[in-house]
Amino acid sequence: MKKLLNEFLKGIIRENPTFVLVLGLCPTLAVSVSIINGIGMGIAATFVLLGSNIIISLIKRIVPDRIRIPCFIVVIATFVTIVEMTMKAYSPALNRALGIYVPLIVVNCIVLGRAEAYAQKAAVVNAFFDGLGMGIGFTLALILISAIREFFGSGQILGQTLFKGFEPASIFAMPSGALLVIGLLLGFFNFLKNRKAQ
Amino acid sequence: MENRLIVSSSPHLHKGESVSRIMWMVAISLLPAGVAGIIIFGLNALWVSILSIITALITEGILQVLTKRKVSILDGSAFVTGLLLAYNLPPNVPIWLPVIGSFFAIAVGKQVFGGLGQNIFNPALVGRVFLMASWPKYMTAFSRPLNYDALTSATPLASLKEGKILENIPYLDLFLGKRGGCIGEVCILALLLGAAFLLIRGYISWHIPVTYIASTAMLTYIFGPRGLFSGDWLFHILSGGLILGAFFMATDYVTSPLTRKGQIIFGIGCGLLTAIIRLWGGYPEGASYAILMMNAATPIIDRYTKNRIYGTRPL
Repeated sequence: MKKLLNEFLKGIIRENPTFVLVLGLCPTLAVSVSIINGIGMGIAATFVLLGSNIIISLIKRIVPDRIRIPCFIVVIATFVTIVEMTMKAYSPALNRALGIYVPLIVVNCIVLGRAEAYAQKAAVVNAFFDGLGMGIGFTLALILISAIREFFGSGQILGQTLFKGFEPASIFAMPSGALLVIGLLLGFFNFLKNRKAQ
Repeated sequence: MENRLIVSSSPHLHKGESVSRIMWMVAISLLPAGVAGIIIFGLNALWVSILSIITALITEGILQVLTKRKVSILDGSAFVTGLLLAYNLPPNVPIWLPVIGSFFAIAVGKQVFGGLGQNIFNPALVGRVFLMASWPKYMTAFSRPLNYDALTSATPLASLKEGKILENIPYLDLFLGKRGGCIGEVCILALLLGAAFLLIRGYISWHIPVTYIASTAMLTYIFGPRGLFSGDWLFHILSGGLILGAFFMATDYVTSPLTRKGQIIFGIGCGLLTAIIRLWGGYPEGASYAILMMNAATPIIDRYTKNRIYGTRPL
């Protein structure tokens, strides 16, 4: 049980996909303009991660090694299609806001990375907790980045304006602002880690 | 016998210069342009400069205390950064703008990389570009020269970009600074005075500024508005932030190449980019972006222009 908890927790801080593994930066940069978008993207990616991790762990013995990547992609694409159709049906606004980045979860390096590096070698239960942890870690990172960008870039948190007379810095709503925020956060977390190690 | 032989490592002769002394010399050489800016745009220019400098000093001090490094706010580098940033702002900006810009310049442009000597980009320009991207409406509202109320006017380059026929500003007015623009960039005469001081005392070399200005002039002359070789190159030299950038920001020791050959490449690169942005880009002025882009290229320029040690094979 403790081991499973460890599999779950490692994705959140110690091996956080965004800030430690530095994977999946493309959707992170693109959708982290507002918290709602960040949460939506995070949940979608978590669902795909969970599904693909479980299935890939189940079929690991029957997948020929030489064509494993195409097999993984087919599995991942199935779940992405489910997510996309669900999102279109129940939350078209979010689907419009995330745009092309929902179908692009197929090639999200976190999903493929976990399949290749973990799920194809692990037991189903472990793979499930790994996927859940990684997904939540990704979602939390997205929420952190998008909260900073939404606050400074448009003066809002979750669509609510906080201060009157606050003039938002539009750079944070632009791609350059995303790179800036991610870079500074990465540096900050590495700084904390180095200090802890000393 | 042994005592008479002094063994020490090079350098054996020291000129008596220090980083701090050079920084204060740069600050002094910038003063004429500031005085001219205050005369042209009024006292607001002075407040913007003072706020910007004070914020730069305080930010530097606080961050050095927080990261437990030696506090060196009096070495002049933060002072110069604050001053240069103010020179890159329009005179009538709201008072919080220079404060935020200066904070960003020192914090993100300099201290994040580890302080003086470690930064990749010119901190003052980092601050300016951040403000430009964040609050463009304040950064492009220029007040009219010698007219101290809040009337706004376009800079000569901005009118050129909008395709307006220039209401023929005489070159002399451009040279003396009677035009809309940022605080420190308008008075070319004052800037050249400061630059001459730095050049004569040997604090900067001619390589970057001359190649920078010459390549901008050539490109704007060749690709003129009425066909090839019809450009008004003198207008392009005298307007915008080209002179300020070429002499005071492209020559920053930390972010420009070390060798003469590298400096010439750097200057030509800055000139090409400035002219390209002015002629075909989306912004009326490109000096700050050009210098920042070449800052990014400086490490690779340095690598390929390393001086060959005598007797070794060429790279």
